[in-house]
Parts: sequence; C-alpha cells; structure tokens
Amino acid sequence: MSAASSSPARRHALSPARRLQNTLMGGLILLATLLVVAPLILIFLYLLREGFAAMFNLDFARAREGLGAVFSGANLDFFTKTPAPEGEKGGGLANAILGSIEMLAMASVIGVLVGVAGGIFLAEYPRHPLMPTIRMVSDVLAGIPAIVMGLVAYGLIVLKFGFSGLAGAVALGFLMMPIVVRTTEEVLKLVPQTVREAGLALGLPKWLVTLRIVLPAAAGGIITGVMLALARVAGEAAPLLFTAFGNSAVNLDPRGPMSALPLEIYRGATSAYDENQRLAKAGALLLITLIFVTSLLARRASRRK
Amino acid sequence: MSEPTQTRSPRPAALSSASDRLFQGLILLLASVIVLVFVLSLYQLGRESWPALSRFGLGFFTERTWNPVEGTFGAVAMITGTLVTSLVALAISVPLAVASALFVAEYAPKWLANPVGYLIELLAAVPSVVYGLWALFVIAPMLGQWQLTFFNPQTHPERVELYTKCAALWAENKTTLQCFFVPNAGGGRGLALAIIILTVMILPYTASVARDVIRLVPQDQREAMYALGATKWEVISRAILPYARAGILGGVILALGRALGETLAVAMVIGDSQDILKSFFGNASTMASVIANQFGDAQETLHRSSVVTLGLTLFVLSVAVNFVARLIIARLTPKGIQ
Repeated sequence: MSAASSSPARRHALSPARRLQNTLMGGLILLATLLVVAPLILIFLYLLREGFAAMFNLDFARAREGLGAVFSGANLDFFTKTPAPEGEKGGGLANAILGSIEMLAMASVIGVLVGVAGGIFLAEYPRHPLMPTIRMVSDVLAGIPAIVMGLVAYGLIVLKFGFSGLAGAVALGFLMMPIVVRTTEEVLKLVPQTVREAGLALGLPKWLVTLRIVLPAAAGGIITGVMLALARVAGEAAPLLFTAFGNSAVNLDPRGPMSALPLEIYRGATSAYDENQRLAKAGALLLITLIFVTSLLARRASRRK
Repeated sequence: MSEPTQTRSPRPAALSSASDRLFQGLILLLASVIVLVFVLSLYQLGRESWPALSRFGLGFFTERTWNPVEGTFGAVAMITGTLVTSLVALAISVPLAVASALFVAEYAPKWLANPVGYLIELLAAVPSVVYGLWALFVIAPMLGQWQLTFFNPQTHPERVELYTKCAALWAENKTTLQCFFVPNAGGGRGLALAIIILTVMILPYTASVARDVIRLVPQDQREAMYALGATKWEVISRAILPYARAGILGGVILALGRALGETLAVAMVIGDSQDILKSFFGNASTMASVIANQFGDAQETLHRSSVVTLGLTLFVLSVAVNFVARLIIARLTPKGIQ
C-alpha cells in the first residue's frame, strides 16, 4: 500500500527518534492484533480439546494404554439420548439439537417473510412516505438486546399460552428480521437499474419485474443474509430463558416447552454436576462449529457474487 | 447509501395496474410488521413496568436497595454495574480494535489481511453462552489461582491483613477506595471477569467499522503525506486517524450498545450480587444479568415489574445509543458504510 515509505534515500534522512517511534507503533499494532485474535483461537482450541472428548465419550487420560483404552467408552449417545437425571452419568443433547432445529425453522418463517418484504420495500419503494420510518425502526430493532426481546415475547405469548417452543421461535424471528431486512436491501440495490427498466420496457408490471427478475437476480445475496441471520440467532440463549424455557425430554410440539443448544450450554456450564458440564462443552463445540461453518459458507458465497 | 440516483422512467398509466397497487400494499403490510413489533415491544414493556414505576417513580433509578424480600426495589446497583462494565470494557477494547483495524487495512499484505479480517469477524459470531462457558471454565480458575497467590500468608502477610480488614468493611456494606482493588477471595468470578469477557465480545464491532472507514480514507491523503517525507506512523496518526475519527466514533458507540445489553456471558461470570461496587474483583450485577437471573423466579408482581422496568430501561438506552451511532455514521461518512 505504501511503497513510497521504503525508499532508501529517505530512510537516511529520518531522525532516529522518528524512526524509533515508527517501529515502536508498528510493533504495538501487531501486538494488539495478536491480542485481538488470540481469544478466538484459544476458545476454539479449548472447545476442540474438551468438547470432542465429551461428545464421543473419549478418555484421553488413558491415552498411554493405547487407542483401545481411549475409545473404550466411545458412543454416539450425545446425538441420540436426552440428558441423564441430575448427578447420573451418560446422556446426550438430542432434545436440544432437535429443539434448536425446529425453533430456527419456525423463526426463519417470520424472519424471512418480514425481512425480505422489508428489504424489498426499502429498496424498491424509496420514495414511499413510510420508507424512512421503516428503515429507522429496523435499524433500531437491530440494536435491541436479545434478552429484552425475550421479555417482550414472554409478555405477548407466554402470559397467554404458557412456555412454548413457538414463543421462543417468535423471539428469535424478531431478532432475525432486521438483519435480513438490511442484507436484502443491500443486495437488491446492487441489481442494476437497467435490468428493472428492461423488464418494464417489455410491458411487465412492476410487481412481476420485482418478483421474477429482480429477486431471482439477488437470490444468492438474500440467502447469504438469511444464513448470517440464522447463524446469529442460533447461539442466542437469553431470549429463550423464559419463552422456550427448556425441556429435558424430546418435545416436537411447538405448543410445549422446548430445549435448545444454547439453553443447555447455559444450564450445563452453570451446573455443579460434572456430567452436565460435559454436555455443555460438547454442545458448545457442536454449536460453534455449526455457526462457523454457516458464516464461512455465507461469506464465501457473498464474496463470489 | 451508495445507490445511483433512481430515475424512474415515466410509464403509461394503464400499465401501473391494480395488481401493482395490490403488491405494494402487501409488501407494505409485511414491512409494517417491523414497526408493529417495535410499538408492541414498547407497549408491552411499558405496561408491565407500570406497577413498579407508579410505586417508586423516579426513585427507582436513585434508590440503592434491591430487596425482593422487603419489596423495595432500586436500580442504582445494576445501572452502575452496567455502566462500569460497559465503559471500562469499551476503554480497553477501543485501542485494541482500532489497532487491529489499522493492521488489517494498512500493514498486512493482502494474503494475511483477509484471513485476519475473517478471524475478527468470527469473534462476533461466537455465541454469548460460549464466551460465558469459556470464561467460567478457563479464565475464572486462573483469576482464582492468582488471588490465592496474591493472598499467600507466607509471602505477603500484610495483604492478608488488609483483606481481613476489607472483608469486615464489605460485610457492613461499606466501600473504601483502599479496598476497591483488593481481590475478593472468591473463585475468580466478579466484575473484573465480566469486564474481561465483555472486552473480547465487543472488540469485533469497533474493529469492523474502524476497518471500513479507514479503507475509505482517500489514497491522496496518504500519498500527500508520504511525499512530504512522513513515516508510516505519521501518516496514520496525522492523515488517516483524524480523517476516520468520526466513523470510528460511530463504531465505538455501536459497540457500547452491544456491551450495555450483553446478557448471558456477563450473567454467568459477574456473581449476581446487588452490592454497589464493593470491589473491582467482587461480585456485582448488570441490568441484563439481573433480568436473566431473576425474571424466572420473580413471583410477586412488584418484583417482576421491577425486573421488566430494567428491561424497559435497557430498551430505551439501546434505542438512544443506536440512534446516536447511526446518526454519526450517516452524517460523517457521506458515502455511507455501515
């Protein structure tokens, strides 16, 4: 970026104080960057080490006795069983995995429907008198703490119908909306104006141009946005604390309490029982892997566009 | 927004049919859900916090005692906890975030800049509970261990003596400056741990906004400085940072908004105590952590309503903070990057 700074003639003209300052600040900036990146690497390594063993019941403590000893208790209970009763060994997070999938699917319905419509509105009807209001409210909603959304969903749904997976999904859907709105608006604006004009010139009404020409052209970007929004809310436990509430059994009925991965991680990490802590670490590894893979795929897809 | 000026070609009136109006109405209806959610949230929070607000009035925000047993609720402890954790975390994270942004935008060669940028963005993707789990299982034991060596009676008898004195003061709920930095002999949980984990959590928000505005600084600015014989640091400190200052400030305020509302990681590590700033290493609470820890157990109307009032306060606070941040970003970076 700055080939100019390394010309040898000027190097000599620099006073030692200025050169020292330059080197020092460069070093500090490098150091700070290492400090910023370090926690991520440390967290991931920690979860890989602890979570992997916890997920498959491996016993690395007996590694000296050979591979057989490490794998002697290995199983897939984590994915197929529900948590064992407090204080007992074994069990898995099948309830949380299924609950997370179901709630995220339901949340996507709200998030995608409202979010994409909001994005279309902001991008395609920029002269509408309501446009500034909707843009501002959507920006503001993006900054509302997730736990506050939990309180809202509690008041709107739980008070009337009780704890339910549906209430959790609504809270998550509300959190997804503004993210989808923003990305949809941005990718729609990338579609050249001439494409719209070409459609209109053929005599198509505006709604057909929007649905059949503009949206398909932007579909990749919109899917990326939805994936990012999903990755974002998949890790939220705060709004689920008093909406979905959690459930130690598998429950697929959206009208009843439901578990989710982040909820089980929270419960397990703050629990005094080793076995619950083990499940929490394995759950955290699973969750963080899913989130990283999703956001990396989404970013890669959007970069290629 | 970097949109080209939209020039609508005039169309024959006949083609702008009823179906167009129907479609626009449908889209508007769906988009209005966003506004509806906002209004409903405000209404819901307002209605539920009414019992507490009408009982305590503004005293809710100035009263220190939070005692569900006696039925007195004042939020000073949580408000202080929220402000102290957020602002200290912000103060630590901003220089780090700006430095990492400078590294990515100015120092690193392209093959390194992209992966490092990725990693910093992934930092924002780590869920709050996972940060909390890591802090509890990894950092808290380290802090706890450090406190044990700090209070080793063999090597530092005078520190143990000071701690005994402070513990007596804390028991009477007294705070002195002398005792503020004396570690609590807890397991490492408390205000300090919450600040550490918040610092990490809000880093990526400032960093990514800072990186974007630094990249917007016109190349001429840099070249002019280099032509005058400036060093790289001089270019950064006199040409780039002043130019990007406003945008960075917007990013900082966005990060502040995140920090104020950050819930579970903080709730897991802060120790959940309603004492006001006894010690930097002692237990404390924030508004969000109290909601997470107490709302489920709050049976009485007044207790429940007081917790929701904390939620309403957070709601209003984050709306205000985000509004200011967007205003700054929108006004001071004319080409618009957000």
